Amino acid sequence: MTNEITNIVQVVMPHFEGYVYPNEATRQPLWGILIVLYPYITGLVAGAFIMASLVRVFNVKALEPVYRLSMLTAFAFLLCAPLPLLFHLGHPERCFEVMMTPHLTSPMAIFGFVYAWYLMAVLLLELWFDYRRDFVEWSETTPGFKGMLYRLFTVGVTDVSEAAVRLDHKTGHVLSIVGIPSAFLLHGYVGFIFGSIKANPWWGNVLMPIIFIMSAMVSGIALCVFNYMVLTWIRRKTVDMKCLDAMGMFLFYALVVDTAIEGLDWIHRIYSAEEGFRVIQYMAREKLFYTLSLGQVTFGTLVPLILLGLLQLIRRRVPELQRRRMYFGSACLILTGVLAMRWNVVIGGQLFSKSLRGVMGYKMEFAGLEGWFMGAALLCLPFVILTVFVKLFHSERLPSK
Amino acid sequence: MKNQLSRRSLLGRISAVAAGALAAPVAKAAKAVTQKLLVSSDAPKGYDPTQHEWVMAIDANRCIGCGLCAEACKKENHVPAPPDYPPCYFRTWVERYIITEPKPGSGAARGETLVDSPNGGINGYPEAPVPKEEIQHSFFVPKLCNLCQHSPCTQVCPVGATFDAPDGAVLIDPTYCIGCGFCIQACPYGCRFLSPVTKTAEKCTLCYHRITRGLKPACVEVCPTQARIFGDLKHPVPDDPIQQFYQNNLVEALKPHLGTEPRVFYAGIDKEVR
Repeated sequence: MTNEITNIVQVVMPHFEGYVYPNEATRQPLWGILIVLYPYITGLVAGAFIMASLVRVFNVKALEPVYRLSMLTAFAFLLCAPLPLLFHLGHPERCFEVMMTPHLTSPMAIFGFVYAWYLMAVLLLELWFDYRRDFVEWSETTPGFKGMLYRLFTVGVTDVSEAAVRLDHKTGHVLSIVGIPSAFLLHGYVGFIFGSIKANPWWGNVLMPIIFIMSAMVSGIALCVFNYMVLTWIRRKTVDMKCLDAMGMFLFYALVVDTAIEGLDWIHRIYSAEEGFRVIQYMAREKLFYTLSLGQVTFGTLVPLILLGLLQLIRRRVPELQRRRMYFGSACLILTGVLAMRWNVVIGGQLFSKSLRGVMGYKMEFAGLEGWFMGAALLCLPFVILTVFVKLFHSERLPSK
Repeated sequence: MKNQLSRRSLLGRISAVAAGALAAPVAKAAKAVTQKLLVSSDAPKGYDPTQHEWVMAIDANRCIGCGLCAEACKKENHVPAPPDYPPCYFRTWVERYIITEPKPGSGAARGETLVDSPNGGINGYPEAPVPKEEIQHSFFVPKLCNLCQHSPCTQVCPVGATFDAPDGAVLIDPTYCIGCGFCIQACPYGCRFLSPVTKTAEKCTLCYHRITRGLKPACVEVCPTQARIFGDLKHPVPDDPIQQFYQNNLVEALKPHLGTEPRVFYAGIDKEVR
């Protein structure tokens, strides 16, 4: 009745071209922005952790200034990683069934365990061993609530003798070694959630887990560059150029491998030109032109590839300020590009019918669970948590000391 | 003494691990029992799912596209329908295929294929978008859950809420489904939807509440041309329509390359049907 009076159209029916199965003719794709953010955030975790492991396991001394920041970044983002998944469920109150009565052939069920393992056994423990000595020191010097928090974090273990600290360091090293395959597993599994869907020619792809892992590494390192530069700017300190150059180098090489694998995926798709190829081609040319051709390929991959590649060749001839700008610009572009990639995979895979005869349109709403607002809030949340972490756990100590 | 203690704790740990390993099959068995109970909860007492093998077959040559099956299904199973809900929830629907004549001089064997299924075919179809003379073939294809032997939807469900019943039906436990939508993505045939009412996945159950009481599924019951054929492979009746269907027709399954091994067979469909 109200609708007739106010003449407000509440439901705008979506636009379709060709034929889509009746059950696919929904107003919005089944998986919206929340499921775009889920692999994005998880990827940032895996990437940031691998970045930290470069210091811990591979002993890259130049990266030591960002070691703790990368670990905290990974932790803050990991805490938020399951939120989008949880929010999109029809029955979020039943989410624990995934852990309590998992169906072992389901990629999504195993993800719960991989996530729990990574959070509890790898990240949390490694951070604790890293910070234990600091916690003990801070708990003695800091008064009030903050001091109490630090005391709580020590869990009563206040032994900071040389032998104990050495043991901390050793355990952290072992955890880091365990952590690398765990990080690969974590994000590889996310890739497998999509790669295992053979019904969807856009997703069902054996390379999907590897593509996800590589793009995760790229985005994670880019996030560390971004966070490090923003943090030093906020603290009014100077950027350690040696560290930034090293990050830039790793970012470049990760990006080269990522581009190669994604390129390989496309070459394979184009060459084999299977049943779904025509619709995929149409998607790439029309529906996903802005997010794929421009967002992901041109600005998310090629431009940073050229910028970072140039810096590898003529680093000495580029003045510091210029270099910093180029690194920061590349990091921002890569972060946007990988987000576009997640969008292309998740939304792109749902913009064509499984009848391969039609495509759907999609306009993202502003408010609502799957809207811009929610997406932005969920994307900001890990940064808020990270700010709290950085404030609480700011330490100048390098991991090797 | 110290040694003894650590041995005891070691033994304790080993037994804990063993108990865990033993608990896993027990939990699995418990789940199977629950599922069996659940199967029988929608069915009358005494119904034994292991004694049946339900299948459906579609003879597209007979389908006239009246849409009664899709409508009966909606009513029987309370499937969300207009005007309260948009027309995007169907357990079964009927597609119309129009294959046009090739353009003169194009050198092609056939023209383009036009498919539609407005509101699942319930309210009929609009006039063909091409003139009658330009139509080479036109036919209707009823669609429903393909009762896959290797159902991808069952495989991907993270909690096992959807399962293969022993009698061939693929069912969903609505009290268990978390509404993640993974099964909907995994179904190659677009047969599942997320119900706006229950917020869980829904699909064709072969009218489980009917077939377990000796009735036919609603869509089969109302089909005026017997294009939908239903039967129990374990209990063939004299002149069993399903057996006759297999004997009299060369059959096809949808999207066979995906290896889902559908148990719903089609007769009289074209290669364009997906």
